[in-house]
Amino acid sequence: MTTAPTETEKTDESTVPPPKRHHPEYVPGELPVVQRLVWVNVLRIVGSLAVPVVGFVVLWSTFDFLRDADANRLLVAGVAIVVGVVGVFALFWGMNRFVDWLPAHLREGVRPYIFVGPALVILAVFLIYPVINTILISFKDATGRDFVGLDNYDFVFTDPSMLRSIRNTAMWIVLVPLVAVSIGLVFATIADRLRRGEAVAKSFIFLPMAISFVGAAVTFRLIYSFRPAGFGSNIGLLNGIWTGLGNNPVSWLSQRPWNNLFLMAIMVWMQTGFAMVVLSAAIKSIPDEIIEAARIDGASELQVFGRIIVPSILPTVVVVTTYMVINALKVFDIVFVIGNAEANGTEVIAERMIRWFFIQGNQGHAAAIAVVLFAAVIPVMVWNVRRFREQEMTR
Amino acid sequence: MTLTAPLPESVTEAPPKPTKAEALGVRRGGWFIRITIVVIVLLWLIPVAGVLVTSFRSETLANTTGWWEAFAHPFRSGQWTFENYRQALDTGGFQSSFLNSLAVAVPATVIPITIAAFAAYAFSWMDFRGRYVLFVLVVGLMVVPLQMALIPILRLYAGGAKLGGVTVFPDLKLNGTFLGIWLAHTGFGLPLATYLLRNYIGSLPSSIIESAKIDGADHFTIFWRLVVPLSVPALAAFAIFQFLWVWNDLLVAYVFLGGTRETRVVTIALSNLVGSRGENWNLLTSAAFISMVLPLAVFFSLQRYFVRGLTAGSVKG
Repeated sequence: MTTAPTETEKTDESTVPPPKRHHPEYVPGELPVVQRLVWVNVLRIVGSLAVPVVGFVVLWSTFDFLRDADANRLLVAGVAIVVGVVGVFALFWGMNRFVDWLPAHLREGVRPYIFVGPALVILAVFLIYPVINTILISFKDATGRDFVGLDNYDFVFTDPSMLRSIRNTAMWIVLVPLVAVSIGLVFATIADRLRRGEAVAKSFIFLPMAISFVGAAVTFRLIYSFRPAGFGSNIGLLNGIWTGLGNNPVSWLSQRPWNNLFLMAIMVWMQTGFAMVVLSAAIKSIPDEIIEAARIDGASELQVFGRIIVPSILPTVVVVTTYMVINALKVFDIVFVIGNAEANGTEVIAERMIRWFFIQGNQGHAAAIAVVLFAAVIPVMVWNVRRFREQEMTR
Repeated sequence: MTLTAPLPESVTEAPPKPTKAEALGVRRGGWFIRITIVVIVLLWLIPVAGVLVTSFRSETLANTTGWWEAFAHPFRSGQWTFENYRQALDTGGFQSSFLNSLAVAVPATVIPITIAAFAAYAFSWMDFRGRYVLFVLVVGLMVVPLQMALIPILRLYAGGAKLGGVTVFPDLKLNGTFLGIWLAHTGFGLPLATYLLRNYIGSLPSSIIESAKIDGADHFTIFWRLVVPLSVPALAAFAIFQFLWVWNDLLVAYVFLGGTRETRVVTIALSNLVGSRGENWNLLTSAAFISMVLPLAVFFSLQRYFVRGLTAGSVKG
C-alpha cells in the first residue's frame, strides 16, 4: 500500500496552472487558522453530500416523470443507466471542478472527500444507521414505537418455533460447509489427475452457482415431489427411484427431522462448486517439489493428500469454510420457497425474521431476530478486520 | 503518457498451471478416478436436466409421468412442445418480470461500481485524515447481514425519518419503486465493491501514478485516464458478481419491490408461482428455466471473469 506523499501534492500544485479564482476574498494565508479549518470541514461535508443528494434528486425527478408517463421498463432501465452512469460520473466531475475553483490552501484538503465522501454517506444511510436503528427497534413493540425492554429477546429464546429455527440454523452452519468443502476438496484433488476434461468437469460442478436460490429450490422441489400411492405416478426422481425399488412413495419434505437434510442438500449442490474452484487453485499452487519429494520417499497417494495437500491449503480451506458458514447462517430463500416451514419443522433464523417482519408485521420480534444473526457474524467481522490489518502490515 | 507497466495479477485467481501429476510424470488417474468424476458430474447435472426436460414436455405428460420416461419414447408425437414457455412468458407474466429484473439489475450494478471506484481511488492514492480507520469500517461492514438493514430502510422509504421533530429524511414513498431498490442494492453492494477495487487499485505500481503526477495530471485525470482503464479486470469481475447477485436476489426484491405484477422481478414471480401453481410442473419448470437463462448465459460466456468475481466476492455479507 503506497500512500500519496505530501511532497507530490506540492509538485501537483506547482505544475498545474493556477485555476481562476471566483472567490478573491480567500487569498491563501489571509484566513486565520481556525476559520480556515472551519471552511475546510464545511466544504468537506458539502462535497461528501453533494453527489448522493443531487444524484438522488435527479434520479427521483426523472423517475417521477417516468412513472407519470407510464413508460415501459426498458425505457426506465435505459434512463437509469444513462443517469446512473453518466450522471453519477458527471457529478463527480462537477464537484472536482468546483474544488479546482477553491483557493489553493483549501483545495487538496477538500478533494479526497469529493472522491470518498459519497460512498461514506451511502454507507452511513444504508448500513450504519440501520444497524443502530435495528438494535433500538429490537427493544420496542410490534410497531416499533414504545420500549418493551427485553420482551422480544425473551420471545426469541423461548418460542418453540424460534428455538427450532436456532437449532436448525446451527445444523445448517455445520453440515453445509462440512459436506460442500469435503466434496469440493475431493473433487478438486481427483480432477487434477484427469488427462482431459478437467475444466469441463469442474465447470459442471460450478454451474449451480449461477442459479438463484429460488430456481434451485424449484429444481429440487421437482426431485422431492411426492404423490401418495393411488394418486397417480410419482414424477419426482427420488420417489421414482424409491417406488421403482418396490417401496411406497415418501413425502420427503415432511419427514422430520430428515427434511432439514434434504433442504441442506440444495445448498450443498449450489456451493460445492465454489469450494472446488477455490481449493483447486490452491492445490495447483503447491510447489511440485514437495509432492515429488514425498512420492520419492514412498508416500502413498492418500498420505500425500492427508499429510501434504490438506495442510498446505489449510488457510484457503478456512477462508472458504468461513464464507460458507456466513452463507448458511443467512439462508432464507430455500426454506421460504419450499414453504410450510412451521408445519415441517424446517424453520431457520433468517426465514423467521422475514416471516415476523412481513407476514406477522411485528417489527420488534423481527429486529430481535436480526440482531441474533448480527451477533453471530460479529466474530467473523472481527476476524476479517484483523486479517486485513495483518495484510496491511506486510504490504 | 505510455502505459508499459505490467498489470498486476487478477484479484484472486491463480494463473492456470499444467496439471501437477502431468508435470511430475506421475501415473495418471485410473478408471476409479474417472468413474468417480463422471458419477459426481452426473449427480450435479441431473437436477437441471430434470427441469430442462420437463419444461419442454406437454402439460399432461409433464404432470403425470416422470421426466425420465420421456427418453423411452423420445419421438412420440405430442411429446415435446414450446407451449409451456409461451404460457409462462405471456399469461404467467414472465416476460415483463424478465424486463423488470433487467431494469433492476443493470442500474443496481453500475451505480455502486462508479461510486466505489472513486472511493477506492481515494483510499489508495489520496492522503486524508482517517483514511485507515474509514477503510477498516468498510471491511467491517462487509459481513453485516442484510436482515439488519431491512426494517429501518423500509421505514425510511415508507415514512421518512425525524430527529427531534426535524425531518432528516423526507417521506419519499420509495417503497415499491425501482429507484428504491437501486439505492438499496447500491448501499448493500458498496462495502464489497470498495474493498475489492481498493485492493486492486492500491496494488497498481506507484511509479505510474507518480510519473503521471510529474507529467502534470491531477487526481481526476489520473483516475479517469489511467486507473480506470488499468482496473478493467477488477471492475468486470465485480460487475458480474453484483449483476448475478442482484438478478438472483429474492430477499431485497421481496421487501422493497413487492409482488405486484407491474414491478415484480423473476425471482419473485417464480416464488409466487410456487405458491399458486405449485403442482403445474410444466409451467413451473419453464418459468424456472426462464429465470436461469441469463445467469447461465453469463456463466458460459464470461466464465473466467465469473469465477474471479465469485471468488473475490466470497466475503460479502
